[in-house]
Amino acid sequence: MPLQSKDLLTIEQLSVDEINLILDTADSMKEISTRDIKKVPTLRGKTIINLFYEPSTRTRTSFEIAGKRLSADVVNISTSSSSVVKGETLKDTGRNLQAMNPDLVVIRHSVAGAPKILADSLSASIINAGDGAHEHPTQALLDAFTIREKKGSIKGLKVAIIGDIAHSRVARSNIHALNKLGAEVVIYGPFTMIPPFIERMGVKVARSMDEAIKDMDVIMMLRIQMERQSRFLFPSLREYSIFFGLNLDRLKDAKEDVLIMHPGPINRGVEISPEVADGPYALILEQVTNGVAVRMALLYLLIGK
Amino acid sequence: MLLIKNGRVIDPSSGIDDYLDILVDQGTIVEVGRGGEKGKGDEVTQIIDAREKVVVPGLIDMHVHLREPGHEYKETIKTGCQAAASGGFTSIACMPNTNPVNDNQSVTEYILDKAKREGCVNVFPIGAITKGLQGKLLTEMGELSRAGVLAVSDDGKSVRNSELMRRGMEYAKNFNLLVICHCEDLDLVADGVMNEGFTSTRLGLKRIPNAAEEVIVARDILLGELTGCRVHIAHVSTEGSVRIIREAKSRGVKVTAETAPHYFSLSEETLESFDTNLKVNPPLRSARDVEAIKEGLKDGTLSVIATDHAPHSSLEKDVEFDYASSGIVGLETALPLSLQLVKEKVLSLPELLSKFTVNPAKILGISKGTLNPGSDADITIIDVSLQKKVDVNQFKSKSRNSPFHGWKLEGEALYTIIKGKVIKGIDGLVV
Repeated sequence: MPLQSKDLLTIEQLSVDEINLILDTADSMKEISTRDIKKVPTLRGKTIINLFYEPSTRTRTSFEIAGKRLSADVVNISTSSSSVVKGETLKDTGRNLQAMNPDLVVIRHSVAGAPKILADSLSASIINAGDGAHEHPTQALLDAFTIREKKGSIKGLKVAIIGDIAHSRVARSNIHALNKLGAEVVIYGPFTMIPPFIERMGVKVARSMDEAIKDMDVIMMLRIQMERQSRFLFPSLREYSIFFGLNLDRLKDAKEDVLIMHPGPINRGVEISPEVADGPYALILEQVTNGVAVRMALLYLLIGK
Repeated sequence: MLLIKNGRVIDPSSGIDDYLDILVDQGTIVEVGRGGEKGKGDEVTQIIDAREKVVVPGLIDMHVHLREPGHEYKETIKTGCQAAASGGFTSIACMPNTNPVNDNQSVTEYILDKAKREGCVNVFPIGAITKGLQGKLLTEMGELSRAGVLAVSDDGKSVRNSELMRRGMEYAKNFNLLVICHCEDLDLVADGVMNEGFTSTRLGLKRIPNAAEEVIVARDILLGELTGCRVHIAHVSTEGSVRIIREAKSRGVKVTAETAPHYFSLSEETLESFDTNLKVNPPLRSARDVEAIKEGLKDGTLSVIATDHAPHSSLEKDVEFDYASSGIVGLETALPLSLQLVKEKVLSLPELLSKFTVNPAKILGISKGTLNPGSDADITIIDVSLQKKVDVNQFKSKSRNSPFHGWKLEGEALYTIIKGKVIKGIDGLVV
């Protein structure tokens, strides 16, 4: 069964079978990155463009490495300014790229829904590498892959997502993915960062940090962005770390085999203490490793046949 | 003489709802009755058979953006008037957020002069409350009034400073100007682009709570009470606003309010398409708000339907959602969308028509919206059951930003008659 759409814009659009197909394919891709010669000819002659309207190191590099390990030609376009500031519309940029016949465009953009504009106007496949606070599907897929690898299955697991849920595309994509795969999702954070009606996305809002930690199989910490302070969302980083950060003391109440995840980049000492980030149950770097495998799988599934 | 025969004449200003003939002479209605041609057979030069049609006072839209001067690529006074006539409107009031802003008499005079030369419907300019819509200094309302302005508004944004709004209301009273309030707390809106609700949570689009509208509705009503100024609340979109206005009206406060067709035709869920034509300010609200708007129309809390016709070109709309301008063109879809309320039994046909005729006329203080003998012969003839698919490419407006493209709707203005002259007839616009 192939993927239904030419694009990957959201986790919401994917069926459980499609998610499992991607994860299974990633399983077989992962080994390639451990070889001495880390390259297979699968996508030879294919062109992939990374179009990043927001700064990114991890995700862009991950896509680039994924493409190169499959022998695709990968071109990076990074622009710190928005298309509007640049004076060319996103649609026009897309059309210009299309005129050079790429097979796939990876886009990151600060506005929710921007990848859909490209998907609707280009015949190339589009992968959403993060759009505003909407979705970041490849992050959720690599998170699911990582959990599955450690726990065998996701069904029945209890997963907490803690932090700025309102502004997090990682949270949204993970909520969809984990729900579809049968996990129970609990969220927690300052109420200034919990969006309305979030329960209707199929999550439970914890009443305290203790509740969000206890009994959890997985705890995902979200990055807190400093600039939110000026928007009155929290009083200080110090207070945030005390009441909403994860440290060894908090972890005393957690399950012994709890997995700690973070989409990066981490703010050491804010949402996660260094001892936890570097501790035995933290999977933060494995997430990064698996990101390459999952993106290789997606590239292959979307343009490899 | 023009004779309009056999139609169902509905004139909410006089309570008429009957099969009658209307006789028009020299731009004025001379008779509304049965057998109007009797004894005047020779003098009747034009007959319109309105059998199975509804004949009503020319429709009034008290909230339109004509974009001229300054944004002629979106709309001009000429094309905006054509769109109005095409939609059955004979009178429109245009908001001052042009460039330059209509904050002084020369801009008002320019608009009126252009409208006279190029416009095919009656145009009533609305002046600004503050100079340049900057919310800093009052406009010269006396001169604006003398130039022909009937109302003032900083539409597009609220007057942020409450004291300035208070003084604006007090000063407007000197010239019997209506103050039209665009209600939006700009701090609460922040950088929001859609309604705050489950859909914004799902889509991750920045959100605007109902309270952003309601706190200013409440403020402006309270200031209206304080000052005794006539206050009109523009584009009401939330349940809370309806409740606040209803309560004020029940206490006899001089407040009136309008809503726009998109607030009872669409709700926030539609935004999952990320279609920027659905981006409008205030934003499309929840299904619950839509019901409350209908309830407010039904009980009279909302006595006017106005379009907030806001033309934008593809330059403003064919971009990422956050960057798109807010606004929907409404003149050419308002009537069929509103007739849906009759079909849904929210309003009777005369009740609906009152919100397009006598009510806005009274609020603006214009001698329109009536078929009383002696009044200007501004008349709209409607086929309420004509089925049509909305096609933005057929719009007379210069802009195409309508989320209703492709909708199958019922009802159309077949004739738009202004001062006895057929502007739109069965062969379309004649201007």
